[in-house]
Amino acid sequence: MKSTMGIKGAAIALAVAGALGAVQEAAAQSASEIFVPVLVYRTGAYAPNGIPWADGYVDYLKLVNAKGGVNGVKIAFEECETGYATDRGVECYERLKSKKPVAVNPLSTGITYALTDKVAADKIVLLTTGYGRADSVDGSVFAWNFPLLGTYWSAADMLVQHVKKKGALKGKKIALVYHDSPYGKEPIKLLEERAKLEGFQLTLLPVTHPGVEQKATWLQIRQQRPDYVFLWGWGVMNSTSIKEAIAVSYPRLQMFGVWWSSAEPDVEPAEMASKGYNGIALGHSDERDFPVHKEMLGTLYEKGQGTAKDKKDVGSVLYNRGMISAMLTVEAIKQAQSKYGKRVVTGEEVRWGAENLSLDAAKIKALGFGDMVQPLKTSCDDHEGVRRGRIHTWDGKDWSYTSDWYEADMKILGPMIKTSAKAYATEKKITQRDCSKEK
Amino acid sequence: MIYRETGQFKTTYASDQQLFPILQDRIFVVGFLVFAFGVMPFIGSEYLFRAILVPFLILSLAAIGLNILVGYCGQVSLGTGAFMAIGAYSAYNLAVRIPDLNLIVIFLLAGMFSTIVGALFGIPSLRIKGFYLAVATLAAQFFVDWLFARVKWFTNDSSSGNVSAPPLELFGYGIDSPAQRYLFVLAFVCVFALVARNLVRGAIGRSWMATRDMDVAAEVIGIRPMMAKLSAFAVSSFIVGVAGALWAFVYLGSWEPLAFDVNRSFQLLFMVIIGGLGSILGSFLGAAFIVILPLMLNQLPGWLGIPLSTAMISHIEFMVFGALIVFFLIVEPRGLARLWAVGKEKLRLWPFPH
Repeated sequence: MKSTMGIKGAAIALAVAGALGAVQEAAAQSASEIFVPVLVYRTGAYAPNGIPWADGYVDYLKLVNAKGGVNGVKIAFEECETGYATDRGVECYERLKSKKPVAVNPLSTGITYALTDKVAADKIVLLTTGYGRADSVDGSVFAWNFPLLGTYWSAADMLVQHVKKKGALKGKKIALVYHDSPYGKEPIKLLEERAKLEGFQLTLLPVTHPGVEQKATWLQIRQQRPDYVFLWGWGVMNSTSIKEAIAVSYPRLQMFGVWWSSAEPDVEPAEMASKGYNGIALGHSDERDFPVHKEMLGTLYEKGQGTAKDKKDVGSVLYNRGMISAMLTVEAIKQAQSKYGKRVVTGEEVRWGAENLSLDAAKIKALGFGDMVQPLKTSCDDHEGVRRGRIHTWDGKDWSYTSDWYEADMKILGPMIKTSAKAYATEKKITQRDCSKEK
Repeated sequence: MIYRETGQFKTTYASDQQLFPILQDRIFVVGFLVFAFGVMPFIGSEYLFRAILVPFLILSLAAIGLNILVGYCGQVSLGTGAFMAIGAYSAYNLAVRIPDLNLIVIFLLAGMFSTIVGALFGIPSLRIKGFYLAVATLAAQFFVDWLFARVKWFTNDSSSGNVSAPPLELFGYGIDSPAQRYLFVLAFVCVFALVARNLVRGAIGRSWMATRDMDVAAEVIGIRPMMAKLSAFAVSSFIVGVAGALWAFVYLGSWEPLAFDVNRSFQLLFMVIIGGLGSILGSFLGAAFIVILPLMLNQLPGWLGIPLSTAMISHIEFMVFGALIVFFLIVEPRGLARLWAVGKEKLRLWPFPH
């Protein structure tokens, strides 16, 4: 009798899985600390960009703890490797959920989409600083999502404003080279809207994951010679794009990256040849001399407790963004504590904190961030807080600002956000909150 | 000693042909099902259900589907991810465009759509074999990837190409809690495993296996290769399609075409090869190996209290996982199911082996 028994096989697997679950639950969470899961990617095609962000994020949490925590409450955190893969990200989220996290920042638009449904049920704040769903600005539908500092619609809008300044866009050609994922597709809707308004022609050029093969894409650019190329890439895709642009001799001056496509790992592989490449900065660039950097070096790196391999990474574009992301998480917790008491706050309380964030220039300066973060104020209607940015340009060695401030035009964005959020609410059968009654 | 069929006489054809002829197996299986349906929902943690059991069960189902095609009928396919995608997106479109359609009906119809496309892409198998067929099914994979990423109608004009499943409801009851989702998936998997197991030991399964072993000889003894091959493609795609719909609706909730890319096809093919070609049990074992093992490897240093950096853990996971695949394929090229069968043979002679 050699019959194969399917169901018996499942038995073994289930027994193994059972043991796994038991161990999971044994990891209890200390009641005197606030838990923040840190979803990162330090391996794979996106690691060059994932690592500095993760280092900055973790370092800032370490710094807060070294200074005594948030109003005396320490922050516990644990890293989990997602590899920028949505299914692994969801697994990480589920794994760390048992520790009662208050806020999560997955650094992936794909994972954000997957978690959006889950966070409301689990009462965990989903902070997506400079990424995520553009329509989640509308807090009446997306109560738990906070795309702080800027969405992709804001980014695309500011880039269009910038190139418009160089001359009317009527009849011009703009090509969008984008990562073929929710991240890269996010700006399309806004660019299409803007193309109608301004009369430019939009060419969409998708690049498939991981983005190391772009010969065909850049051949098209060589043929069509668009006036501007917007780059919406991530990880190795960015440096590949810049190298391909050099290969087809497309002028870097006419290339503009989103804030995830304009950091050191993107331009350094092509060295001097990437000179002139631009990007919209998310309020900050590679500032290195603000008090927070000095504190970081003094408190952590002198004692060998820093996360980054080299202390010259402190202050790189993505490191700064990681720090700022962690800072906003901490400020949301602080805000929650100001209402509910200086204790271990819950996810629901932190949600209130994130919705009532108010950081003016003085406060940001006091935190040691100088002018790296623009004054921001969130509300039920506006979960983005601020949508300002300026262009920075790579000079071969360093980033420097090359434009004035832009602010995304809410006259265009506002109705789009409302329509999109409303469609989501209908699809998911969510009853919208009445923002006039929230306080 | 315990596992032995001595004294169990088969006096009727029915008792000889039943699914589990040995009493001990029947007791074990029934006991196990009682455990899985009756006890597990009460003792499992949320993490266990959401992150381990649900994906494991759904991918087992997909592996069963692929095993029918590759293991039983011998037609190599690299398009499994595509058929899962068709299941997922048809289920999504049915749910969005025809509201109030019963969830089970949605899933079965999604399977039907996948069947149609599967049979269509199975037609080349009548002329080409082996590696060439694998390449032809790869075409299905890339075509479907392109279709769902580019044709906006299928994603209901979603701006980011990302679609999300509506809330799950069955006969007015929501399927929300992790245990409910687990039971829902478990029920599907049990029914389809039973159907698949009975199909492969019946006339149709025999015609698949004859085709696999030698298609000319099969034709000589009166098996129509077209029927055998296309039915294998159809049944396989149906099961894979349902698995795809479950993966999207129950596990992911919100997905993009990338969730069903060529890597998914490879992952499923590895499951079938490592688990055991031509074995329903092997599909479960293979799925467990591919889904659960990396997660355990990833968490092992934490349980043992070894402080390692996240990157290091991730690298170790890849290295150990790769080494284990090589190890198992060397020890038993016919898969984990074969190891299990060998173990059972040994157990029957124990403690007095010849």
